[in-house]
Parts: sequence; structure tokens; C-alpha cells
Amino acid sequence: MDWISPRALNRLGMLNMNRRNVDYIARYNERSSYPLVDNKLKTKLAVAEYDVKTPKLLQVVKQQHEISRFREMAEGLAGFAIKPAKGSGGKGITVITGRDGDSFVKASGARVGASVLERHLTNILAGLYSLAGTPDVAIVEDLVESAPSLARYSHQGVPDIRIIVFQGYPVMAMLRLATTDSDGKANLHQGAVGVGLDLGTGKSLNAVQFNRPITLHPDTGLPLENIQIEAWDEMLEMASRCFEATGLGYMGVDLVVDAQHGPQLLELNARPGLAIQMANGRGLLPRLRAVERLKRPHFTPKERANYAMKNFASL
Amino acid sequence: MNSPSRLPFYIAVFLLIAAGISLAIWRHAELGIPWLTGEQHPVWMVEARVDFNGSNQPIVASLNVPEHPPGFRILTEQAASPGYGFSIIDKAGSRRAEWTKREVAGPQTLYFKAQFIPDPGAEQTPPAQPPKTRRLFWEEPQATAVREILAQAEARSSTPESMTRELIRLMQPDTRVQNTTLLVSEENYLQLLVNMLNHSGIPARTADGLKLEDARRRQQLTPFLQIYNGEKWLTLNPKTAAQGIPEDLLLWRQGSESLLDVVGGDNSEISFSILRQTIPALQLSAMQSDGNGLGFLSFYELPIEEQSMFRMLLLLPLGALVVAFMRIVIGIRTSGTFMPVLIAVAFVQTTLVPGLVAFLSVVAIGLAMRGYLSSLNLLLVSRISALIILVIFITAGLSIFGYQMGFNTGMTVTFFPMVIIAWTIERMSILWEEEGGQEVLVQGSGSLFVAICAYLLMSAPLAGHLTFNFPELHFSILGLILLMGQYTGYKLSELRRFTPMKVYD
Repeated sequence: MDWISPRALNRLGMLNMNRRNVDYIARYNERSSYPLVDNKLKTKLAVAEYDVKTPKLLQVVKQQHEISRFREMAEGLAGFAIKPAKGSGGKGITVITGRDGDSFVKASGARVGASVLERHLTNILAGLYSLAGTPDVAIVEDLVESAPSLARYSHQGVPDIRIIVFQGYPVMAMLRLATTDSDGKANLHQGAVGVGLDLGTGKSLNAVQFNRPITLHPDTGLPLENIQIEAWDEMLEMASRCFEATGLGYMGVDLVVDAQHGPQLLELNARPGLAIQMANGRGLLPRLRAVERLKRPHFTPKERANYAMKNFASL
Repeated sequence: MNSPSRLPFYIAVFLLIAAGISLAIWRHAELGIPWLTGEQHPVWMVEARVDFNGSNQPIVASLNVPEHPPGFRILTEQAASPGYGFSIIDKAGSRRAEWTKREVAGPQTLYFKAQFIPDPGAEQTPPAQPPKTRRLFWEEPQATAVREILAQAEARSSTPESMTRELIRLMQPDTRVQNTTLLVSEENYLQLLVNMLNHSGIPARTADGLKLEDARRRQQLTPFLQIYNGEKWLTLNPKTAAQGIPEDLLLWRQGSESLLDVVGGDNSEISFSILRQTIPALQLSAMQSDGNGLGFLSFYELPIEEQSMFRMLLLLPLGALVVAFMRIVIGIRTSGTFMPVLIAVAFVQTTLVPGLVAFLSVVAIGLAMRGYLSSLNLLLVSRISALIILVIFITAGLSIFGYQMGFNTGMTVTFFPMVIIAWTIERMSILWEEEGGQEVLVQGSGSLFVAICAYLLMSAPLAGHLTFNFPELHFSILGLILLMGQYTGYKLSELRRFTPMKVYD
């Protein structure tokens, strides 16, 4: 068994589970703001006022009888995604990438008829994918087409960028790439690859899968160093703006880069995981403390993003 | 954002823990509730046997019985005397056991038994009013002799105690002078001493003591002298003038005039048998706490059925403590926060191995059946409801099967809470679908490990004893749990999880 001493972890400033829960989530996140991030529809509407782009909302299915209108809405669409508003961990998300005659082509390549999708919508409304089993709402969104420069690194699924935002300051970021282990999902504990990103430049630092350092993507075989995220400052500013939109002091912002529309917000997370530290090879604590020490916080998201780019990369 | 100071919180936690521990210590000291199970205390069983001959008359036999003997506490009293009416009567300064019967003929035997606990702290309550002295009229020439001896003793003393000591010394055979020889004879020595002391203005009386030795029969009381020094009665050996009561001496009679009065009988005799017994300290303290102001914290006041329920309930905080520690400090993942505690409670009733076997088989069969349910795409509530019914089927099946096969342990499966098991299966099954079998194994074995730890702690006899007899200790447990809620350090599991960070250090 291999162990690391608590003193070494302290030196690295590694944030741990207990401290995250007590000192950051419990202290900086208002309980009343949680529904805002736990419900994708509410998130979408809340951030829209703050100029944070999200995939275009095509339809909201709230009641069983509204399902009948799904077919006419989907008539002219090539690609879209059906999501449960309160789903977590990517459960219940169906991605349609194209059409083949009357049937729809799923991301996996399978072809399904409209009736299958309608049944799926019924299941979502009944709460099959919301954790507590409460009735839910289904949203139909425009399909995100990942920018090819990033898409080639990911096996299935869309690569996304997780940015931890503390008090409106982006403090740490990583790129998450789906693998066969993660079954096309971008969750690190399910086996996705996490690539730490330099906050100053948007360049990749190092990569981990299952908490172990790696240098090549296990499926695509592409080297994970020298990845450069485009429009980096724009993304940080966008993540920073989510603070004003939700009021959550400590959250994870998940962004994607769309080939046509640029950076878009996928979802927010009020309890972001700790694995991002391992992808970066840095602890979160020095940066979090630096924000807490600020006597005069910056007022605009742009100033905060700039401050983060200038100061946090070296911490 | 400025966080409020945590100092009040820590003070409150400290107070909780301190209150729990100090209350326990206080109750231990006051009520003698033992810290450990099986602690034994010595108790002296004294049996007074009264013999007399009845003479066809109504009879009243009245025996002086101890009241607040110094150095002892009375635990129980009982009389054995068939056909007699019996009662204990409190009369001006003396307690008397009184037997009565209308027609008595021939030799009679009455027994009075009492248990005494040695208690060095047991003191006599000082009399409310100072006792009066009784001045005797002495005839000449005794009057002169008494006067001279008293004057002699008084000249050499300063206090009632020293006066008494001097007087006793003067009356001893080796120091006897003419005056004393005139007064003293073997039979009247003690009474004479009492009379002389009273004459000199020192209240004095006689007392009878019983020397406590294990397994003695036909013992007699030995007389002692008691004087009042202005504050309390002091006991002296009338021969040696040694002050104080030896540890093994029980003052059976003090303050009352007679030891035994028998009206309507003759040839009365009294003798004592002594036996040293031990009784569990817990039983002792339960007997003593009756009517004591501190007894209110005791669960022994409740009906037996509720008591046994509380025995179980009071163990739960220990389980909760184990779970909190394992999850917060060690970082073991469990499925369902407190499922391990409930499993541990079931283990306490089933014992470990049969419980483990029963639990694992129910969950395994349940998981297999849940696999089919999941393919039906049911809604959550009806899925769980179906699962609860299935779990009941499984337990019933296991019980009947086990019984037919001759294993009574199969029946113990009924101790497991059905709804909890159903939820466990549901959660495990979802976990299996979402995270894979390995995570089920990790969380399942984590839960079982925590449950076994909690079981081992909860089934320890000492744990049951302390939680039930010192319920105030739960304040301390509460304090510890609150304190753990503030633990922001690394979990043990994180030291392993973050190991790859070594390269960046």
C-alpha cells in the first residue's frame, strides 16, 4: 500500500472532502440556491440573463399531453438532445445526431423510431431519472457539436471543461475526455480522463485516469500534452459570470466548446469533486485562500477572470 | 464572507462532554453505580435470634434494632417468626422490632435479619437537642468517694473526652485506690461509669456492639460507653478508654435503654449469627437509589419491557458514533448513511455469524430478483414496495427452509428490518447499474465492516452496562459527534487516494 503523509498534502494545499464540505460548500453555498443548479431548466433561464450562452432550448415537455407536440417539433431537426431537468451524472440523456428516413440516429449509431423517444419522454416526466423519484420535466436542446480540435481527443461523448469558481473567481480548470471505461460520460470517477489546464493560458498540464497519471488517451492514443483551449479568457469570464447568476460561492461550471456557437454552459454543480486537483497536480487551497484574503474583490467578471489568469496559475 | 467565531461552539461541546462525564462520576460516587459489570460488594448479614418460654399469656417481644449505626448502612430488614404479628416501631430515639401473639406456650424462637453495607461515610445524625444529664443521689460514703474521684479526674482533664479517659483510668484495677474499690464491683462497672459521668455533668449512656466476623454463630453483644461532647455522641471502650468504633464493629443498640423486652414470657435470650455475603454492586446501588433524589436518571424505575427496549435504544448512539468516525475520519464508503447501525442492531439480536449469513443471503437473493424488476421499468415507489414484499418472501422462505433443515438460526433473519433491507437492495442495485459491480463490492463490504465494528462495540457487556446505567454519558457521545462534524482534516482514505500527488511535492 502506498500512502502520502498528511503533511505532504498540507504542503501541496490539497483540499479534502471534509474541508470542502465544512469550510466551502456549507459556508459559501446557500441551500436555497441549490434548486437552481440541480435543475437544468432553471439553470438555463437564470444564466441567460447574464449573457452566458447555453445550447438552444428547443422544447420543454412538462405534461404528458405535451408529448404529442414533440413529433412535429422534431420534424425538421437533424440533431438534438433530450435531457431530464433534474437528472444527475448524465442519466437519462439521449443524444440524436441525425436522421435516417423516419427514424432517429442515436449517438451510438442505433436507430430508433419516434415512439421510442416519446416513451423516453414519459419516463422522464414520471421521474425515472431524477434521484429521489420525483416527477420531472424533460428539455429538448440543440445538439452540441464539439469543436474538432477537442473532439478528436474524446472517445464518443463531448469533451467538456470543468472550472471551479470560488466567489466568482475561476480557481482551477480541467478538460474532461470520455473513454470507453466511462461509457461516453465525462465523469472522472466513472473512468473519464481528466486533463489539468493552466489557468493562465488554457494549455494542458498533466492528465489522470482513475486517479493515475497518464500521458496518452487510452482509446484514441493521442498524446494529452500540448492541448490548447481556444478562447480561454472568454471561457473563464463566462464561468465567472455564473457566480452573479446563481449566487453560489463554490461551484463547478461545466462548459463545452461548440463548433459554431463557441463556449456554452452545459451545467452547474454545487458540489464539485476533488479529482480536479490531481489532474492539475496542484492543491486548491492556496488559490481559495488567496481569494478569501482579498480585501477588495473585483466587481466585474472580466476583472476577476483577468486576476485569476494573472495570479493563480503560479499558485 | 466572515465566518462567525467557532469558540462558542467549542465551549458548548466541551460543556456537553464535561457534563456527561462529571454527571457520571457524581452518580458513581453518590449512588455507588459501578463502572464495571460484575463488580461485587461485601454485605454483612446479621441474624438476631430471640429465644424465650411462653407461659400461656399474650406476648409482646420487643427488640431494639439498629438505626443509623455508624460506619454502616442498612440494606434490608426482615423478620421470620411464624404466627406472630410483626412491625417495626419508631419510638423516641430508638427503633424496635415488635412481635405480638395472643396465645403462646413452650419454647419460642424469633428471628430478625438485616443486611448491612460497610460505608465509612455513614455518620450518626447529631441529636437535635443536647441530651440532659441525670443526676443521681449517692448515699454516704459513696457520695464522698464519687466526689473525690471526679475531682481527681477533672483536675487532670480539660474536655469531656479527656475527663472520661481519666475517669476510666482511675477505675482500672491496677490504679485503683481506696475510693474506687469502695464503688466498683464487676457487675456494675459500666453503669457506675455512666452514672458518675452524668453526675459530673457529661451526658453518658451505654451502647451494645457486635463484632462482625464471617460465619459466626451464637455471638453476644459487647457493651460500650457513649458520651456526648457537646456536638455528638462519642463511643469509647469502657475498659481501655480507646475512642472510636473499630471498623468491624456494628453498634446494634445505642440510645435506647433496653435491648430486649419480653412481656408474657420468661428465660428470654438473644444471640447473633453473622455471615459475610457479596452482592453485585449494581443491584446494591439500585436498591439504594430507591427514593434517592439522584434516582430520577435511572431507567430501573421503568417497567421491565420498556427497560429492555431502552437497553437497545441506548446502544444506538454508540453505533452512530462508530459510523460518524468511520465515514468522517477513516473515510469508509457505506451504502446508506446509517444502514450499518441498523444492521449492527440486528446482529446484536442474532449474534454475528448467523446474522451475517442471513443478511448476505437475503441481500444476494434480493439483488437477483431486483435485476428482473429493473427490466420492468417500474416507478420507484412501486419498485420499492414490490421489493419489500419480495424481501418478506425471502425471509419467510429462509426461516421455513432453515427450520425444516434443522437450523434454528434461520429464524433469526426476522430480526432484520425489512424496509431497510429493501432499500439496501434497491441502492445496491442502482449502484450496480450505474457504477458497476466493483463499487457495489466496495460499498457493500464497507457497510458490513462498519456494521461489524458497531456490533462489536455495541455487544460488549461494558458498553451495554455504561450506556444503560450512565445515560448521561450520551451527552459526551453527542459532544464527540458534534466535534467530528467540525473535522476538516484529511480522511485516512484520502491519504491513499491522493498518493499520486507525491510526484508534485
